[in-house]
Amino acid sequence: MPLPSVMGTEIEYGITVQGDPDFDPISSCVLLVNAYQEVDVAKILWDYDQESPLADARGFQVEGEKYTPNQQENIARNKTLMNGSPFYVDHAHPEYSTPEVTNVRDVIAYERAGERTMEAARRAATLLLPPGQTLLIHKNNSDRKGNSYGNHENFLIARRTPFKDIVTHLTPFLVTRQIFCGSGKVGSENRATPCDYQISQRADFFETEVALDTMVKRPIINTRDEPHADREKYRRLHVIVGDSNQCEVSTYLRVGVTAIVLALIEDGAIDRDMSLVDPVRRIREISQDLTCKRTYALDRGARRTAVQVQQEYLEMALAYFSSRAVDPVTKDVLTRWESVLARLAEDPMQLDREVDWVVKQRLIRGFMERKRVDWQHPQVSMLDLQYHDVRPDKGLYHLIERRGEVDRIVTPEEVERALKVPPDDTRAYFRGECIRRYPESIFGVNWDSISFEAGDEPVKRILMNEPLKGTRRHVEQLLDDCETAAELVEALTA
Amino acid sequence: MRAINADPAMNRIWGAAAEDKTQKQRQGGGDSGDSDSEGGGQSKIAAKGEELKEDMDNLIDQIDDVLEENAEEFVKNYVQRGGE
Repeated sequence: MPLPSVMGTEIEYGITVQGDPDFDPISSCVLLVNAYQEVDVAKILWDYDQESPLADARGFQVEGEKYTPNQQENIARNKTLMNGSPFYVDHAHPEYSTPEVTNVRDVIAYERAGERTMEAARRAATLLLPPGQTLLIHKNNSDRKGNSYGNHENFLIARRTPFKDIVTHLTPFLVTRQIFCGSGKVGSENRATPCDYQISQRADFFETEVALDTMVKRPIINTRDEPHADREKYRRLHVIVGDSNQCEVSTYLRVGVTAIVLALIEDGAIDRDMSLVDPVRRIREISQDLTCKRTYALDRGARRTAVQVQQEYLEMALAYFSSRAVDPVTKDVLTRWESVLARLAEDPMQLDREVDWVVKQRLIRGFMERKRVDWQHPQVSMLDLQYHDVRPDKGLYHLIERRGEVDRIVTPEEVERALKVPPDDTRAYFRGECIRRYPESIFGVNWDSISFEAGDEPVKRILMNEPLKGTRRHVEQLLDDCETAAELVEALTA
Repeated sequence: MRAINADPAMNRIWGAAAEDKTQKQRQGGGDSGDSDSEGGGQSKIAAKGEELKEDMDNLIDQIDDVLEENAEEFVKNYVQRGGE
């Protein structure tokens, strides 16, 4: 049996200050992150001691220097919110991670809470800028000038699953899944073949099949081996190849179907070799085939369209789940995946309520027709960018959503709740509740630890190496019984 | 600045936890393991097309109201650093 699922996403947003000729991304990010005021989370640092970003899943340690800021800088760049989410500065981008969750509906709820957090912080930060300047945030992945920033998905998987199996069986899936979760982009960059419009924002940036890098020579399969959990039992697969989505259906399938395929790989249920010839070249070609009709050679000799590759994975998933209990969310993801693939095979434009690259393409084509302009027109580039603007009044996705022209997966109430409270069913509950209840007594946090300072005692670090412990069911009574952090630490360590 | 206690405390929920996760042996470790179709009937295609065009016109009007002015300048100045 595969592990019960634990997953989450980390999203880097684009940032700029309109009206500032001397715009500096790093100081703007620090301003943004600190402008967001949520009670007393201001003084909690991020505990870098617990990180190992240079461990490689293929079994070696890469040489290099791990980034560790001083304490003041650390606190200025890292906030951990009461819903269990880290909100922070990553190099020159603001970033929001969802807490650890157990299902894709919660991923969407917390991602959307992240968009709302970015917007609230953006408004607050803009008030601190000189008159005439506006801080802007975009949930996109490229500036169309050769610079890309990521959306990373994380999946907890069993350490015993051979990494080779993941590389072999996940690569063809990741290369082709963009047809339902690409966010669409006008033009190409990074020396890719010129085009008017393509499916994925990120495809132009993938240059190798397997590697540890995320910033240069990006790989389709990233090998970072940093489980943030019990290293003997777990691996955290870090999927860096995806676009940030606006459409909830795109996120639903991107994360939900990837979790399903990983379960199949872990359980040895992939019964055929789906490997594509030259996946690095294929990922770019598929991104530029807006008809989704081109076929590509498989190592085993057959030719398949991207839709057909996905349909073979679907077939294996349906066979796998036909003899197993399936939870309602997984069942719904399977149904939606099947339906979306059938319509992509017929005519991708039918997905104009569900899939970002189609929604955006419809919008741009409608605009070009009405204004009699072509793909090179600056206003078309503006549409491409403004689709991702997080402002509810200016963001074009938000405009379309308000008009009721896209399908939703979660309710506004679920997003409201995700803004305020952590998920009940992972260690994020313990993290978020400790921040809410004992903000003054927390010295630092990380995914798998939380450190308390109580009186003159040395700081006590509580390690949380099992992501499915520390749930509401598990610790709510304990937290209710402890009025202070000192009592909690005492109770935990007694 | 205070150093974090070098020996993480034993705790009731997660149990004994090792500082150096790469080296310590771990005990235990039993692995725990819509299909709404588009469009109406054939006979309604013309009416549906008209309706879609109207919707699009209306959407473009709304976009005109919010689209950033000086698109050329805006797009040119939108430069990000590579991330991740």
